[in-house]
Amino acid sequence: MTPDFGAITNHLDRYLDGVLMTMELTAISVAAGLALAVPLALMRVSRKPAVWMPVYGYVYFFRGTPLLVQIFLIYYGSGQFRSWFESAGLWTLFREPYFCALLSLTLNTAAYTTEILRGSIQAVPFGEIEAARALGMSRWLLIRRIVLPKAFRFALPAYTNEVVFLFQATSLVSIITLMDLFGVARVLISRTFASFEILIFVGVIYCAISYAMLYGFRWIEHRWSGHLRAMPGIAAKGVVAAPVAQPIVR
Amino acid sequence: MDAAETFYRGYGWFFWEGLKITILVAVCAGAVAVPMGLLGAWGKLSRSPLARTVANAYTVVVRGVPELVLIILVYYGLTILMQMFASWLAGSEILIDIDPFLTGVIALGSIYGAFATEVFRGAYLAVPTGQIEAAKATGMNRSLIVRRVLLPQMWRFALPGLGNVWLVLIKATALMSVIQLDELMRKTDIAARAVREPFKFYLTAALIYLGITFVSMLAQQRAEGWANRGVRRS
Repeated sequence: MTPDFGAITNHLDRYLDGVLMTMELTAISVAAGLALAVPLALMRVSRKPAVWMPVYGYVYFFRGTPLLVQIFLIYYGSGQFRSWFESAGLWTLFREPYFCALLSLTLNTAAYTTEILRGSIQAVPFGEIEAARALGMSRWLLIRRIVLPKAFRFALPAYTNEVVFLFQATSLVSIITLMDLFGVARVLISRTFASFEILIFVGVIYCAISYAMLYGFRWIEHRWSGHLRAMPGIAAKGVVAAPVAQPIVR
Repeated sequence: MDAAETFYRGYGWFFWEGLKITILVAVCAGAVAVPMGLLGAWGKLSRSPLARTVANAYTVVVRGVPELVLIILVYYGLTILMQMFASWLAGSEILIDIDPFLTGVIALGSIYGAFATEVFRGAYLAVPTGQIEAAKATGMNRSLIVRRVLLPQMWRFALPGLGNVWLVLIKATALMSVIQLDELMRKTDIAARAVREPFKFYLTAALIYLGITFVSMLAQQRAEGWANRGVRRS
């Protein structure tokens, strides 16, 4: 068996389209997910049960079920309420696999990000909050200037993993016919039968982008923690724990 | 029971059938992942550069490639390898269908073996070196140290991480529907298409997955309590 490199080199433009689609889905759902997760995480740490309980339920549902079920629930499940969606004028959105994929990826990553942010908000030292209160900061000013900046820095290592895994999880949207990188690969496999060559090629692309993202985030982490590192030539006082690799696969 | 069958238009038992396969494939994949993880951790901590390179390459590749791509790769890969092997044995072209269950177990087992590798590596490093030195000083040989000092304590440190891997593994079994394994997701899919009430069926499947997660977390708490029974708590 000789490798069929034509299945790769003859369709480079299609793979590129696939990569762009994958990156687009990742970027939009990461941005929308983060925008959702910040208020949700603040609600999650509230002391009022009426505020934190619904958020807890949302996070529990989306973290406890497979992403594939969530995609199917939104894409195929909306069909069961078609007349309702039509009367609400939303059917043009929900019949599109692109919209449904974005919606489920966003809701999924928002749930994981909420949980990450909850942990890091609760890790903000209480003394800093007390000090801000003593200075007469209002609640929102305190959240904006003290809690969130600190929480984002704490959250970064775990959030990096989350973004990389979301990027990988976008490969599931090919199941609802979207032409992301893996969708392109599946179509080309069924046409050229060069399954091995295409899968390995696509795997290498996913791997390269994953690690490029990982190192990009590590660089940001490094930049944001300059004041925490020892000056050159001076021994470090405290060792900052390295982020633990955790599977956050859906 | 009859009410449930009416509610699901006679397809209620599909969930049960699918659930059985889902749990079976997850348990078998877990049984593959644990030894692979131990082996991977041994490789990562080994003094031999070859073992370290192989183990590192294994975790780097698995963490970098989406599991859906890996599953399909194992599926096609196994099929072609078996085909070549059978054709070589028989001396003529033979077409064989590979069992999706076997593929699923191998694919998921080796994917989550990489995550278990990290867990076991961390657990090994968490055992104080003084204890290993003490064991050597009392004249224990290597296998005895592993059996009596390392493994009993590694379980304790590894359990939270392994529980996490198990929860992720359970959810990843849903991807097996792509290679036509009759697990919960595929059974639900078939029923939902037949009855044309997709939302009801997928929501039920989602709740079943939540139920598995819930039970697993309870079991994990019990196991951690058992593993930590000899530890003084502050």
